[in-house]
Amino acid sequence: MHYLLANPSSVLVLTWQHLRIVGTAVFLALLIGIPTGVAITRVRWLAAPVLATAGVLYTIPSLALFAVLIPLTGLGERPAIVAVLVYSLLVIIRNTVAGIDAVEPSIREAAHGMGMTPWQRLRLVEIPLGLPVILAGIRVATVAGIGIATIAAYVGAGGLGVLIFDGIRTLNLDTVVAGALSASALALAADWAFVQLESHARRDRSRGVS
Amino acid sequence: MITLDRVSKIFRSATSTIRAVEDVSLEISAGELCVLIGPSGSGKTTTLRMINRLEVPTSGRIIVNGRDISRADPVRLRRTIGYVIQQVGLLPHLTVSENVALVPRLLGWPARKRRVRAEEMLQLVGLPPRDFAARYPRELSGGQQQRVAVARALAGDPPIVLMDEPFGALDPLTRKQLQHELRRIHAEVRKTIVFITHDVSEAFLLGDRIALMAEGRIVQYGTPPELLRQPATPFVTEFIGDDRGMLTLRHVRMAELAGPVRNADAKRGLRIHGSCSVLDALHRIAAARSDDDGLEICDDRECVIGYLCYADLVRRLADVVIAEGEVGGYPDALPAR
Repeated sequence: MHYLLANPSSVLVLTWQHLRIVGTAVFLALLIGIPTGVAITRVRWLAAPVLATAGVLYTIPSLALFAVLIPLTGLGERPAIVAVLVYSLLVIIRNTVAGIDAVEPSIREAAHGMGMTPWQRLRLVEIPLGLPVILAGIRVATVAGIGIATIAAYVGAGGLGVLIFDGIRTLNLDTVVAGALSASALALAADWAFVQLESHARRDRSRGVS
Repeated sequence: MITLDRVSKIFRSATSTIRAVEDVSLEISAGELCVLIGPSGSGKTTTLRMINRLEVPTSGRIIVNGRDISRADPVRLRRTIGYVIQQVGLLPHLTVSENVALVPRLLGWPARKRRVRAEEMLQLVGLPPRDFAARYPRELSGGQQQRVAVARALAGDPPIVLMDEPFGALDPLTRKQLQHELRRIHAEVRKTIVFITHDVSEAFLLGDRIALMAEGRIVQYGTPPELLRQPATPFVTEFIGDDRGMLTLRHVRMAELAGPVRNADAKRGLRIHGSCSVLDALHRIAAARSDDDGLEICDDRECVIGYLCYADLVRRLADVVIAEGEVGGYPDALPAR
């Protein structure tokens, strides 16, 4: 704890770096994953190959992935962002598909029958109704990404992992704890924030029911 | 208004071929409420869904408002045809008023006009906008939700509304209420409505014309009295079933039963309008409890157009209520062949 109290500004800087890595990666994963998920709901045969690919990427151990990435991206933030992005894709694609698929067929039928274009059905019906599930995917991706990003300090990405690796190298437990606690707190905070967003997205539909 | 010209729909999959609709021709005039009735799997829903191009016919033509819909843009077509389904299908994340205003929104109406229209429609279906506009669908009962769906179908002011068993999932009391509301609404807005049901009494209550379907074909298409009094095949009588007697009393008008005016010395009879159903007339007779020995049937100008003494009434009633082949008792009572 001493380290945290003694160096609040450097912890803040590392936290900011950490957030930037995860935020950029998840944001890019959304840009790729949500359209991919939507595409799967439209063209069903895409599901098997796309989800299998994302699944295989998801199983690569993070250190191994960094090792593979460094020749391509060099050291620093970039391999960290790519790694977090790669791990986020599976859950974001899968939850986008699950969220859209969970829309009741009767609602889909009514939307179709009243003359919505495919784009309007997506924008006015499928995305808003699938949003809680899609947000749950983003939440899981973000929390997992915060964990993976600590390891990224190993390849020079900065972030809270720096404290943990420094602490291990210098046998300074206090620094290790400072890094671990901050990273955990960050993950918990992100989880809490997304849970709030999810319940906000569900709010309209649960009113009067529970 | 809607013409189906030798329309067929065949669903083919790798393992089976289903002839859902076969060679159906149907003419529905503007402002009419046409009921499609028949057992499950008789092709009612497929027929309906071809009218707004949710299904495309395998062969045949469908003409709506003088235009062959196979050449119309399906999205634009659907915005001019209201659609109500049994499972309601309101959007749970939008308020009642936003749900009702959806088609106007798709049609690009300005926000103010949409809101006014939504309130009008809610009023029409008996949901005061002050109490309901801002609520969410989940907060409403099944019957109220279906009212919202009807309001939504009417909001874009479509000339045609398609309703696929809209009251099928409601409890009997609510269903009855909504059936009467629909009659009132139909009289008020005069849309062309195509209405699916498998409930015989619902069909006869609502339909200006009824198309009875079986196995993808139309067995008979006619007015309720036509189906009752001139059934095209034994299946029609069989399908109408035990309700036929009651339906006949409801749908046969007194003017059809009346005999010629009796001579001047005839005793006075109970006055009944010729457009009265037989059932209404019986209610009047029961309520009057007078010493009249017959009925005077009159027209709009109170002119007596016919006379029926009670003995004749009973005889004529027997003729219309008891169908051919049923003379001698109900079929159940016939000795085994």
